[in-house]
Amino acid sequence: MADSGSEYIAVIGNTDLTPSESENNLKNTMVEKGTSLLKKMEISVAEAEKRTGKNAVNMQETYTVYLIETRPVDAASEGTNPVPDSLWRRYSEFEQLRNYLLVTYPFLVVPPLPEKRAEFVWHKLSADNMDPDFVERRRVGLENFLLRVASHPDLSTDKIFYSFLTEENGWKETVFETGFQAKADSRLKALNATFRVKNPDKRFAEMKHYGDELQSVISQLLRVRARAADRLYGVYKVHGNYGRVFSEWSAIEKEMGDGLQSAGHHMDAYAASVDDILEEEEHYADQLKEYLFYADALRAVCRKHELTQYELEMAAQDLTSKKQQREELATGTIRTFSLKGMTSKLFGQETPEQREAKLKMLETQIEEGEELVKERNGECEEFVKSAWVDIERFKEQKDHDLREALISYAIMQISMCKKGIQVWNNAKECFSKM
Amino acid sequence: MSAGTPRALASSGQKPIQDIRHPLSAEESALSRSPDVLHPGGAGERDLILPNGTPVDTSSPTSSSSLLNRLQLDDDLDGETRDLFVTVEDPKKHVSTMETYITYRVCTKTTRTEFDLPEYSLRRRYQDFDWLRNKLEESQPTHLIPPLPEKFVMKGVVDRFSEEFVETRRKALDKFLKRVADHPVLSFNEHFNAFLSAKDLNKRQGLALLTKMGESVKYVTGGYKVRARPVEFAAMGDYLDLFTQKLGTIDRIAQRIIKEQSEFLMELREYGPVYSSWSSFEEDLHDPLEGVSGCVSNCSSALEELTEDMSEDFLPVLREYVLYIESMKNVLKKRDQVQAEYETKLEAVVFREDKKTSVPADVEKCQDRVECFNADLKADWDRWENNKRQDFRQLLTGMSDKNIQYYEKCLAAWESLIPLLQDKQEAKGETN
Repeated sequence: MADSGSEYIAVIGNTDLTPSESENNLKNTMVEKGTSLLKKMEISVAEAEKRTGKNAVNMQETYTVYLIETRPVDAASEGTNPVPDSLWRRYSEFEQLRNYLLVTYPFLVVPPLPEKRAEFVWHKLSADNMDPDFVERRRVGLENFLLRVASHPDLSTDKIFYSFLTEENGWKETVFETGFQAKADSRLKALNATFRVKNPDKRFAEMKHYGDELQSVISQLLRVRARAADRLYGVYKVHGNYGRVFSEWSAIEKEMGDGLQSAGHHMDAYAASVDDILEEEEHYADQLKEYLFYADALRAVCRKHELTQYELEMAAQDLTSKKQQREELATGTIRTFSLKGMTSKLFGQETPEQREAKLKMLETQIEEGEELVKERNGECEEFVKSAWVDIERFKEQKDHDLREALISYAIMQISMCKKGIQVWNNAKECFSKM
Repeated sequence: MSAGTPRALASSGQKPIQDIRHPLSAEESALSRSPDVLHPGGAGERDLILPNGTPVDTSSPTSSSSLLNRLQLDDDLDGETRDLFVTVEDPKKHVSTMETYITYRVCTKTTRTEFDLPEYSLRRRYQDFDWLRNKLEESQPTHLIPPLPEKFVMKGVVDRFSEEFVETRRKALDKFLKRVADHPVLSFNEHFNAFLSAKDLNKRQGLALLTKMGESVKYVTGGYKVRARPVEFAAMGDYLDLFTQKLGTIDRIAQRIIKEQSEFLMELREYGPVYSSWSSFEEDLHDPLEGVSGCVSNCSSALEELTEDMSEDFLPVLREYVLYIESMKNVLKKRDQVQAEYETKLEAVVFREDKKTSVPADVEKCQDRVECFNADLKADWDRWENNKRQDFRQLLTGMSDKNIQYYEKCLAAWESLIPLLQDKQEAKGETN
């Protein structure tokens, strides 16, 4: 069997498996920590389709569904190439899955979903959710989301995730049964409330700050890029007018005519080339957007850590005050002000029996409190440990991915320049023959 | 309008007359641009600095500017050996109590016997060029006189003393003189000679000449009608009308492109620095992001150059051709006028005399005038057509070259970035 702890496991040795056996193997090996689902299973979001149906308030609505296809890797490599399993999911179901993961693994940087509504658009792109280009880019984004989750050492082992990929019916019920929704709501409430941590963890504070900065800078980048794309579009398209006027001009010329006419065609080609260029640049924008949303996920982890620490501090504080009360009660000295203390002073001391009862109650509370503090401390330590491992993993992934994105962006620019040189050389040749 | 800010012309006294550079050597502005402070490694023209610090060499023999120069001087249409070379160079500002104006140095080299000396170098101002053109029009009414750049400039709109404006004007004046010098008839005109060689132009002479020429110089709008305009001249007129339209359209398109490019440039100037500020809080990604920022900055500079070049070189030449067309149209009108005169006279004669006597002398003279004019005009038209073809070939290949240069600069910048982006990865691989 594969050993747990290592991230990339080779395919299970025995290849003489029946389809049902390999299916079983898949399910069993999945449970182990440290395996990447992606090594076992091909996942893709193959198609998108429009559906109409009645929504919660019984109104007709149109929505898009996405086809998730899965296929065991072994089967494909054997060359049998079976038909993949598939099911349809809506964007809202993806959201549910993600929310479940957020609640269940608050210490992990959970991969983000593609944007709900098109933002940072430049004029040509429609901001309409039904626009086919938007839907297509969303399809790619959803596939990317699934692949990210499936290649995460911890998230990929999640059963709910697995059934999301494989069980069309009943998944919604299964995920609700986990009670994540209630947890999510209470967490959200707690996170939204303002609280101050007494001894903030420096590392997490720095990480949160980094997340803030990253989010801000990528937003700015995307905004300016969209504006620049708009302008570039204008530059290229106006050159198309040269095509038309050269053609008209060539009609009144004798020797110059041919050269002008052909040059005009190249100007038309130049103007048309901008569409592909900007289409490719959208891909770069999408890569940046993923990390814009990843920044948010990172900040979320830091916030949750803060909450965890806050809860620990609250428990510790509570315990301390309870211990103090016990001490006062035991020694008879009142160090802390309490209304009860004042009233008892005014209206007379309590009876020894009353004191005894109080003391006993306090003892129980202190015992419980110590348990709670121990528990919360443990939670906090666990959180910090797991979170920091994942944050390191995330950092490496981010550096690698963004570097790759910049490289492909540079390659795009190079291609654009080469095309430009070619077109203008062609035009120049035509002009020189005028 | 140029995308950059106009620089003030250096004002000074007269420079000592240096050795006159041979007219066939590459044309260079005597006033070079001050080094661009954004690129510390650059000297003179805006040097392109790649992210790895090396400058881009765009001064190869096959670069567009030297190509352009070679094309410019390849004017030898008739194959005859030229014996008259003129250039307009070295603009200088003169400040006096009355006015401030620019003078240009006009250099002449010639072996013609009509000139007393083989070389001349003197300074002229726009007024003088204008005087020359008027004299040529008066004394050679049957010929097409090349146009001058616009005389009047709105004082508030354009800085008459900015380097860009003066340079554009100098180029146009240079072209004007060269066209006259190339013309087989105009170049022998006495006023042209005076312009090139005389210390003082006795401009008062002009008035006397004006009254002498009389009728053939009068521009009568209407009041004459040509009966039978020869087909070829009618075709010329039609062509010129259409051509003017097309040039107007091209001018508008070029302006629009410059505008769009300027706005794109504005966005780029904001875009690049964002990568810089991003790099400031990244470790591993610091260098790649800085690299991208530098790249975008280089592309911005290249674009700015392209836009300025188009503003300064492309648009003025286009506009000058519109003026050229106007001149040509006027000549056609004059021809029509002369022909109308002849036709009227001829009609009057035929009407009066019923028997065939010899045609009176003055009618004959008119006929001669018409035929002369037609011949001159035809010759000038052919010359003009050839020039037009060459000029536009040059203009449009020049435009292509500028764009090619722009893309080559950007290409070099991005290509040099790739190894920088990939660099750390290999280093990282080793440490893993």
